[in-house]
Amino acid sequence: MIAALKLLRSAPFSARLGLGMVLVTLLAAILAPVIAPYGETEVSGDVWLQASKDHFIGTDNLGRDLFSRLLFGARNTIAIAFVITALSFVAGVIWGFLAATVGGWMDQLLSRCVDIMMAFPTLIFALMVLSVVGTSIPALVVVIALLDSTRVFRLARAVAMDIEVMEFVEAARLRGEGLWWLMRHEILPNAMPPLVAEFGLRFCFVFLFIAALSFLGLGIQPPTADWGSMVRENAGAITFGIYTPLWPAAAIAFLTVGVNLIVDWFLYIASGLED
Amino acid sequence: MKLPKLNSITALVLKRTGLGLVTLLVISLLIFVGVEALPGDLAQAVLGQSATPETVEAFRKELKLDLPAHVRYFTWLGAFVKGDFGNSLANRRPVADLIGWRFVNTLFLAAVTALVAVPVAVLLGILAALYRNTLFDKLISMVTLSTISFPEFFVAYILIALLSVQVAVFPSIANINPQMNLWQKLYAICLPCLTLALVVIAHMMRQTRAAIINILSSPFIEMANLKGLRRLRVVVRHAFPNALSPVINVIALNLAYLVVGVVIVEVVFVYPGLGQLLVDSVSKRDIPVVQASGLIFAATYVLLNMLADVLSIASNPRLRNPR
Repeated sequence: MIAALKLLRSAPFSARLGLGMVLVTLLAAILAPVIAPYGETEVSGDVWLQASKDHFIGTDNLGRDLFSRLLFGARNTIAIAFVITALSFVAGVIWGFLAATVGGWMDQLLSRCVDIMMAFPTLIFALMVLSVVGTSIPALVVVIALLDSTRVFRLARAVAMDIEVMEFVEAARLRGEGLWWLMRHEILPNAMPPLVAEFGLRFCFVFLFIAALSFLGLGIQPPTADWGSMVRENAGAITFGIYTPLWPAAAIAFLTVGVNLIVDWFLYIASGLED
Repeated sequence: MKLPKLNSITALVLKRTGLGLVTLLVISLLIFVGVEALPGDLAQAVLGQSATPETVEAFRKELKLDLPAHVRYFTWLGAFVKGDFGNSLANRRPVADLIGWRFVNTLFLAAVTALVAVPVAVLLGILAALYRNTLFDKLISMVTLSTISFPEFFVAYILIALLSVQVAVFPSIANINPQMNLWQKLYAICLPCLTLALVVIAHMMRQTRAAIINILSSPFIEMANLKGLRRLRVVVRHAFPNALSPVINVIALNLAYLVVGVVIVEVVFVYPGLGQLLVDSVSKRDIPVVQASGLIFAATYVLLNMLADVLSIASNPRLRNPR
């Protein structure tokens, strides 16, 4: 805890900015039901109104308050992105550690499978699977988690291989510790720093991916508020000079820039460069 | 009979091509399995809830869904290789008709973007590496970090808002048809090109910069500096040839990304390309079109990755002759 606070104090301005941005968005997401002036799907005004004291940023294409939908959209998208990242992390880390610790044929098999899956462009694969299974939230979660776990697998395997050759792991093996114990108590604690940085990066990508899928109409379906589909719904306004779709798109950019700043700082620390 | 000794580059290319073909085969299998073996009976899904069992049966017979899976797979693959992609479920026309000209359009957009983006990105990357930690470098780093974090449609809509609505210079819908000449087509795709180029430049520039900084900190560069060589000579004759391999790798990988990023840009600007067709067919659940366009995209992606692999090994003499 003290170490974490000391770390924070040494952070450069960009990292603090990023931290602030992420915290603001998280707070908005958590407190959405409390601070939102209107309901998530409540029609409260005319279509595409400008910002006024009734509607903080204006209304969207059906007359719903844009600010409230942004808040609820934060909630939905962040929650789903978090679940997906957590799932892909659990799967990728377990398989990666397994491949590194057991080695041999299991390593070869898993690595080849992951290579093949990574040779596939993710958006195309997701689009194809979603076209058959339909765009329900569980399908979305499983598909994206599966696709993302390949990247986590690569990193987890590389990190675990580095740790696995150390003496304390060999000592634990000779003591007779089981595979699961090894992975959980020897490898995992030592692998945390790069994995945490990767979690942040993956969250970013998953978030952008969901936004992209929703923008294409194949992700989170309306009327559930979601930043990507909000951009899609309000896209027509641009040609009239009404900049409504820029708000949810800017929100997406806001969050990802914040996470990227933090991850950049993490990577800078981890690389130990004097640059 | 002794086989003639293969030149190392030829051996490399053959090996990678073989690997690429195997990957493509597995991908085609995945596409087939992914689409046909997932939960949700295809015929039922397409015909909807109100279809009678007889209609569903007849439809399944027509799509040959009653044959065993491996027979279906090989028939599909065989037909695909011959250029027969089946008929679209939405409008009964051969899929090859729909895909052909759209694929050319997508390639056109991607090629123009690449032609613009690659030189700019490499140049900026080299400059940023040379002048690292100056204001120029910090500014560029900030801008590219933001551009990478932005979703493509955000960049697209900002460009539309600025250049098409406020200033009315470029069209916000990129519609091209065969009757246009080259200049008209280029004018129409200005905005989508710019959007894609910005994102790709951001990625490429950062990676180029990192690669060149890596090289500039090597001992032999330090030696060249100590010898008193002029800075330009050090960069051009000593640093650059070593930077070729990672930079080419970066370029080819980003071109592969371009193939996918083009999907979103095509949807935003309503550009008649393969990406738009794919998205439309997915929402309409037009399975043959989805399969065919998905396979084409995947094949291009695999091909570009393979090219990246081969080129980056070929341009590095140390890797060409491994000991």
